[in-house]
Amino acid sequence: MALQSLDIKQRSATTTPSPSERQTVEVAKLIDTTRCIGCKACQVACMEWNDIRDEIGSVDGTYNNPTDLTSASWTVMRFYEKENSSPFDLEWLIRKDGCMHCADPGCLKACPAPGAIVQYANGIVDFHQENCIGCGYCITGCPFNVPRISKKDSKAYKCTLCSDRVAVGMEPACVKTCPTGAIMFGSKEQMTEQAEHRIGELKGRGHGKAGLYDPAGVGGTHVMYVLKDADDPTQIGLPASPTISALVSVWKGFAKPLATLAMAGVALGSLFHYVTKGPNEVSKEIEDEIEKEDAQ
Amino acid sequence: MTNHWVDIKNADLVIIMGGNAAEAHVCGFKWVVEAKEKRGAKLVVVDPRFNRSAAVSDYYAPIRSGTDIAFLGGVINFLVTNDKIHHDYVKNYTDSTFLVHEGFSFEDGIFSGYNAEKRSYDKSTWNYQLGADGYVLTDPTMESPNCVFQQMKKHYSRYTPDVVSNITGTPKDRFLHICEMIAATAAANKTMTILYALGWTQHSVGSQNIRTMAMIQLLLGNMGMAGGGINALRGHSNVQGITDMCLLTTNLPGYMTLPNEKEQDFTAYLAKRSPKPLRPNQMSYWQNYPKFHVSLMKAWYGKAATKENNFCFDWLPKFDKGYDVLHMFERMHNGQMNGFIAQGFNPLAAVPNTKKVADALAQLKFLVVIDPLATDTSEFWRPAGEFNEVDPAKVQTTVFRLPAACFAEEEGSYTNSGRVLQWHWKSADPIGESKSDGDIVASLFVKLRELYAKDGGAFPEPILNLNWAYKHADEPSPEELAKEFNGKALVDLVDPKDPTKVLVKAGEQVPSFAFLRDDGSTSCGNWLYSGSWTQAGNMMARRDTSDPSGLGQTLNWGFAWPVNRRILYNRASADLAGKPWDKSRTVIAWDGQKWGGNDVPDFKGNEPPENGMGPFIMNPEGVARLFALGRMAEGPFSEHYEPFESPLEVNPMHPNNPLARTNPAARVFKGDMEQFGTAKDFPYVATTYRLAEHYHFWTKNVPLNAIVQPEQFVEIGEELAKEKGIVAGDKVVVRSNRGKIKAVAVVTKRIRGLDVAGKKVHTIGIPLHWGFVGVAKPGYLTNKLTPYVGDANVQTPEFKAFLVNIEKA
Amino acid sequence: MIRDPKDLKRYEPKERANHWVVGISFILLALSGLAFFHPAFFPLTQLFGGPTWARIIHPYLGVLMAVSFLALYFRFAHLNKMTPADKEWLGKVGQMVDGDDHNMPEQGKYNGGQKVMFWAMAICMLLMAVSGLLIWRAWFGFDITLVRLGAVVHAAAGAVMIGLIFVHVYAAIWVKGTIRAMWYGTVTRAWAKQHHRGWYRQMTGK
Repeated sequence: MALQSLDIKQRSATTTPSPSERQTVEVAKLIDTTRCIGCKACQVACMEWNDIRDEIGSVDGTYNNPTDLTSASWTVMRFYEKENSSPFDLEWLIRKDGCMHCADPGCLKACPAPGAIVQYANGIVDFHQENCIGCGYCITGCPFNVPRISKKDSKAYKCTLCSDRVAVGMEPACVKTCPTGAIMFGSKEQMTEQAEHRIGELKGRGHGKAGLYDPAGVGGTHVMYVLKDADDPTQIGLPASPTISALVSVWKGFAKPLATLAMAGVALGSLFHYVTKGPNEVSKEIEDEIEKEDAQ
Repeated sequence: MTNHWVDIKNADLVIIMGGNAAEAHVCGFKWVVEAKEKRGAKLVVVDPRFNRSAAVSDYYAPIRSGTDIAFLGGVINFLVTNDKIHHDYVKNYTDSTFLVHEGFSFEDGIFSGYNAEKRSYDKSTWNYQLGADGYVLTDPTMESPNCVFQQMKKHYSRYTPDVVSNITGTPKDRFLHICEMIAATAAANKTMTILYALGWTQHSVGSQNIRTMAMIQLLLGNMGMAGGGINALRGHSNVQGITDMCLLTTNLPGYMTLPNEKEQDFTAYLAKRSPKPLRPNQMSYWQNYPKFHVSLMKAWYGKAATKENNFCFDWLPKFDKGYDVLHMFERMHNGQMNGFIAQGFNPLAAVPNTKKVADALAQLKFLVVIDPLATDTSEFWRPAGEFNEVDPAKVQTTVFRLPAACFAEEEGSYTNSGRVLQWHWKSADPIGESKSDGDIVASLFVKLRELYAKDGGAFPEPILNLNWAYKHADEPSPEELAKEFNGKALVDLVDPKDPTKVLVKAGEQVPSFAFLRDDGSTSCGNWLYSGSWTQAGNMMARRDTSDPSGLGQTLNWGFAWPVNRRILYNRASADLAGKPWDKSRTVIAWDGQKWGGNDVPDFKGNEPPENGMGPFIMNPEGVARLFALGRMAEGPFSEHYEPFESPLEVNPMHPNNPLARTNPAARVFKGDMEQFGTAKDFPYVATTYRLAEHYHFWTKNVPLNAIVQPEQFVEIGEELAKEKGIVAGDKVVVRSNRGKIKAVAVVTKRIRGLDVAGKKVHTIGIPLHWGFVGVAKPGYLTNKLTPYVGDANVQTPEFKAFLVNIEKA
Repeated sequence: MIRDPKDLKRYEPKERANHWVVGISFILLALSGLAFFHPAFFPLTQLFGGPTWARIIHPYLGVLMAVSFLALYFRFAHLNKMTPADKEWLGKVGQMVDGDDHNMPEQGKYNGGQKVMFWAMAICMLLMAVSGLLIWRAWFGFDITLVRLGAVVHAAAGAVMIGLIFVHVYAAIWVKGTIRAMWYGTVTRAWAKQHHRGWYRQMTGK
């Protein structure tokens, strides 16, 4: 979704800096999982605002529906059941899954198509499908397994954090619709403060391990979670300490310029070898021998 | 709701039991979140399933479906035994000191006056002792064994924690923990709110479930308080409205009642409904009944209703019995009813025992369906494979489908659960040939009236004389109807004390029901809605969010019945001297001259507290009833009875009395008793419910809802799944004695077997949203499984507790 | 160039055709692959009808190259067995590169360098094919770790392969009289005697 009204901070497959003089406020979405009742209103609002409709699927034996993120389901609720000390001391952990809008986005890093993935100055990571070539490298690069390639058009899709709404001063559609106020939106600073307040409240209720999920491994995220148990985010399906995979870093990091230089080196080396050492021709001696043979 | 949605935020403790607010009342649930956030309130959920509400609760306890009275009876016992009651409140604002009729008794599960053959009670002993002056005798010390408090104490003393746990399956420690949390709100400045819905009503003891909690709220002094009350969360956006308008077949609008066949005398009819006070200086507000009734008849019959003809009293039907939905289909099934108009109603899906309903519909001559959607009912004749096995050749019913506009295509008012009437405006024109429900019914009426005028017929007067003074007879406007409900003066109304002073001019809207008269000089379509469209305009359209109280009262937002009162019984939020029990949550207070504050007083505005008028002005006693007199079908106190299909052979409370196994006063039709299954063949308790993703049987027609919840499923616990070799995602067949459904199994930790009366009782959860019409994956109507029996008082079907078996498909 | 009937036949037409199928597909793969390898090369996608076409075509070309390379492999693998002479040759490759081939040991049809090139290419080709399948999302959906590994291996093996091909092509240019072997199949006896004396003897019986 191309948006000229938001400043672009980073652009995929682009090696020169983007305009960076203007300063804008970093935004963030805060999802308080302890307030989420898993009603899926956010899923519906997302489909409605973005004009996407997933297939009418089937039930896989859980409440997860659609069962996974798809190119037409940019957010899905994931339900996890947990039994504590006694059989009726249960937890039904529910998480709204979707793009985390990393400060250091693995998708953008992996993308080979210039401008197919951008990061706006406010932190939103957005896909511009008109530039997308459909290679799926963004999926390879994402530490949260979020982007999906469409079966219809082979373009990659994911949550835009409603960049079109945010650009005109509105909150994302999911935030607007959330009936319990579990999804909040504002500046990253405000959201961090709000999270602190919520965590304090949860600690007061005896959830000593309550905390904020804003993983430093990807430079922090612009979608953050308040978790009842921040010591173990994996119980709600989040990676404990996500980073861009070392493999992806090698692949898209320093190795590429080096390899390019190496290839150029081989080419240039060959050229200069030719120029300095000359061609390797058949020696006069042997040519004479052959000529002699023929003359006989 | 005695209180209202926003008021939930004022609670210190929120109990969700017999409901699942987070799932079925998603938007209103925000106020629970607000209470937790702003007041640090605790949320407790008691439910057979660890549901979406439980997911955000502070404490959860499981309960076997259909045993709420045992649980709540246990709470009453806990509160009384541990003296955790609000003494001043109980003593002064309830009938705890009243002496009960000497003949009243309760033996082995049956109250005095039972007639086993008729399955009903002679309620003459369910009464107070009256003195010679006509007033009730009391014992202010509350020590007399005959006083209500002692009777109640004795009645519930049997519900010890062990007994409760044995019946409900709730672990004792969890039960006691919740008792303690509840007991903490007996303090004058603490309140608990209870949010319930169909999880309490859809039982053969539904009304008593609610009543038992009402008793608890009275004992705790939580009625009338901000953040307290008994709060029914209504399942459709305007179901409160339709109830106010006379949903029950024996009601008239505004909870007035239709005369029964023995009540042919107008004066006696009115007298019976205008009770004299039972204690000195009590208001007994229903003494105004004649004013409301006569005004209603004037609204209906206009000039034809005169003093001389008793305001057309003879034209009112006199009922022989209630014609509730179960009764209707019973009659249809027996061939005694051959035409049926289903307006905004999908009975094939919504009424128990689908097969019986389908057989009944097939016997009709005509069926008219007025609905925006093609409902399952309108296509009951259409074979849809395994989902609707029917032979259309055997159906002779002519089906007419009249397309209705949807809510957004017309203007009008909604009455929400909190009794707040809010006007809404049309956002689009009805599509195609569809018309608003009002226009459809009006057109039908006009046509019928024409036919009666032309051809005559049996008893044409009520139809020919119906007051139909709308600008367009075929299209009465919502504004005209709303104004009619509010009521108007038919002549100049003068001040009785000063006849020169005109209070309301002829033809003007009355400001409130206080201006209605019983002499035919006023008309009013529903006294409770009086004040909603006054001479000042449409009060329901007000949108002022200002809230000086900070309690969310917003008195200038919409209009709450009655008289814009937001919290009912609010006089009880203040002590005997008129000072609020909790100053920080002042609802109303006495300022020495008058009552006032943050709500419209539910009291006589200038009545000094020292005169002793009780806060429950609708009751002739002036106080609330812990002892329900003859108002309930099955007894003045509640008692645990097993659901009609129960996993237990006997009622553990009365193991030796088969009469008291199930609700002795519930109506069972001939032939339906045989259709109840037994635990031998159907060992598991089933309970049906809604999911957040869907809205009843409507949204299976909507792609968005179908995407987020596409396919029918049932929920079973891990233990039972293992026993049956079922894994999550398997197709399973669930059978009751009446039919079967096939669905995907969701295997969960959130439902577990409970230890009940020495055995393990498993529960199977059955969401109800699927059918054979719509865009979601076709499914079975879940009412193929449910039993044809209802609550003894209002006949709400027992959808929440019945027996099934399950196997892998 | 005058062709002499006494020239030695080095490659059959089938072999040459096979080589050029591999060669052309490699060139196309390298051009399209480089476009995704580093932004600097992205404009190369225009050669393929735009970036999306480049993404679509690239893996199919890869299949073509892998299959034709496999044929080439079966044709030439037996000729590329390493011998002690090859090792000796490789030991002295520095002198060779420096332009002095007088001390190089006698070589058969292929010298040690060519053999190393052959096996290196074969290994790269295998890696490219396997890793290419791992990251071919249009048809496959492997575990994310495998895909990530595939992406790294594909890029690395691709870079190595491009380097190898540079060397391969340069060697053909540098050693005059070589390229004709792949154009029309023959080399002069002098060329053979100079660079592959063993093979020369074998072919001429001298």
